[in-house]
Amino acid sequence: MNYAITRPEGTDPVEMRAVYGSLLADMAAKDERIVVLDADLMRANGTFDYRERFRDRWIDVGVAEANMVGVAAGLSTTGMIPFPATFTCFAARRTFDQFFISANYARQNVKLTGTDPGVAAAFNGGTHMSFEDIGLMRTIPGLYICEPSDPVSLRKLIPQITYRQGSSYLRLHRKAIAPIYSESEEFELGKGKVIVEGRDLTIIATGAIMVAEALKAAEALSARGVNATVVDMHTVKPIDEALVIDLAKKTGAILTCENHQVRNGLGSAVAEVLTEHAPVPQIRVGIKDEFGEVGTQEYLQQRFGLTADNLVAEAQKLMARKVQPVGA
Amino acid sequence: MTTDELRDLKRKAIEIRRLTIDEIAHLGIGHVGGSVSIVEILTILYYRHLRNNPGNPKDPMRDKFVMSKGHAGPALYAVLADRGFFPREMLHTLNQGGTSLPSHCDMNRTPGIDMTTGSLGQGLSAAVGIALGHRIQNLPGRVFSLIGDGDTNEGQTWEAAMSAAMYGLSNLIAFTDYNKMQIDGHIDDVMKTDHLADRWTSFGWFTQQIDGHDFEALDSAIQAALQEPNRPSMIIADTIKGRGVSFCEGDFKNHNMPITAELAKEAIAALDKEEEALV
Ligand SMILES: Cc1ncc(C[n+]2csc(CCOP(=O)(O)OP(=O)(O)O)c2C)c(N)n1
Ligand SMILES: [Mg+2]
Repeated sequence: MNYAITRPEGTDPVEMRAVYGSLLADMAAKDERIVVLDADLMRANGTFDYRERFRDRWIDVGVAEANMVGVAAGLSTTGMIPFPATFTCFAARRTFDQFFISANYARQNVKLTGTDPGVAAAFNGGTHMSFEDIGLMRTIPGLYICEPSDPVSLRKLIPQITYRQGSSYLRLHRKAIAPIYSESEEFELGKGKVIVEGRDLTIIATGAIMVAEALKAAEALSARGVNATVVDMHTVKPIDEALVIDLAKKTGAILTCENHQVRNGLGSAVAEVLTEHAPVPQIRVGIKDEFGEVGTQEYLQQRFGLTADNLVAEAQKLMARKVQPVGA
Repeated sequence: MTTDELRDLKRKAIEIRRLTIDEIAHLGIGHVGGSVSIVEILTILYYRHLRNNPGNPKDPMRDKFVMSKGHAGPALYAVLADRGFFPREMLHTLNQGGTSLPSHCDMNRTPGIDMTTGSLGQGLSAAVGIALGHRIQNLPGRVFSLIGDGDTNEGQTWEAAMSAAMYGLSNLIAFTDYNKMQIDGHIDDVMKTDHLADRWTSFGWFTQQIDGHDFEALDSAIQAALQEPNRPSMIIADTIKGRGVSFCEGDFKNHNMPITAELAKEAIAALDKEEEALV
């Protein structure tokens, strides 16, 4: 496989929430505007150490997510940079109106974080399984949506989210993830990251689970002589249109995959670009109009087809649909 | 309540704790603390007051129970299995792929569960709706609900409180599992709920506060609530998170914790001893 990145020095998994919490603390040490909010999930979200260090800039509102986001919007109007966090399901579904009106419509600067996206909710089951949060968030005008795939990209993207004026939604996989990138890699909010280059098709993935599966799938495909480009689309909104168009033209087929419904998530965002600018065959891997359920993450990945094996199968279907040049 | 009845309830509570520990230990992790703090409340309801029928779990005439703190599903599953709503062996499928027993209560998967919950704050509203539905349709079923003290932080809980009082829902009896703990710590450190009884009273509810591990106190509070003619009832049950489980009673980290086979054995042995001591 033809890697377009420098590979990591080590592959030991790192807790993403620990990266999140310690980075917020480091930033808060230098910037007095940073303030962290929790809704009775500080340990789950990794803000525990931050709390120890910045007790006066940490607010726990209890189990009251809508209030948390409203309070964050108020803090923002005073010039602070609030980071409210809860599970993705509550961040998106339960605070949607508060986030929409008080944070976004009011043009505030609220950095909302949702943790345990999609099947990562595992044993918390269907009520906690967000297959729609990107979809909801994508409909908010001007909002940035970011789902980093590994500890390195997470560390590099958070400061960009922090210092871009305007609200954002960080979709954070909180558990341990093996790094994909070396510390020297750079990331730009709003620009997809090409990890592997190949000319037969493009796999566009977002988030820790699916970028890892996409890389495994690309490996398996290359063993069969199919060379895929793999993109880590860490920013789902605004989507990197130029990159999507370029890769559609170069590879002629796009496979998207996400730990989310295919409706109104990454696959839809890519499809919108393709239909208007560069129509090529596309297959969207993701959840097909179903609710979540309980189980281990591995079980749920199998159950909903979020595996490298399924990506390989879908890639092969997609290859068969690629428009063959006349006379080929 | 006779001495025999009291002893039987105590014995049942021990059995429910054993089943709950075994159920969670089989998986290896789960919401232990908040499951065992409500065992006496569930026991007095399911073995003394609720008019329901394991053979006909969807009987429209039945009393209903809404577990607003849906993460305490494992304790309710132990009760439902023991009452015969489904086979006891099913308890070992907790949270496994394809199970009928997900960590949070699900009315479409588990026989005997009357409402799907897990997103805190939503249970009491649903209970209000059920109570209204029963009243409008002249159904005899009474509606019981259980909320957590953390659950009480949600604004929606208080919206439900207002509407239940507005509509004078005397067929609704709610409990607060007042174990003074939520996930981030003691409620006094996270979100205070001082004067909780006064709050409910001022919202128009007939409110009582009792020891939530004392069957006689629970029983008289329920009797009084059933006799209240015009208002919904709140029974604030003072409880201890992790109650009766040797390795976790009072431990602030007992919300969702791993249970090894050894820990489970130890806790069950202690419960066995407690049972032997019953006269
Ligand atoms: C809307 C919502 N927010 C957050 C959670 C995560 N959560 C599960 S239990 C819990 C604490 C609940 O505390 P309490 O109601 O006192 O229940 P107990 O800990 O006593 O069992 C939280 C925050 C949730 N299930 N639903
Ligand atoms: Mg509690």
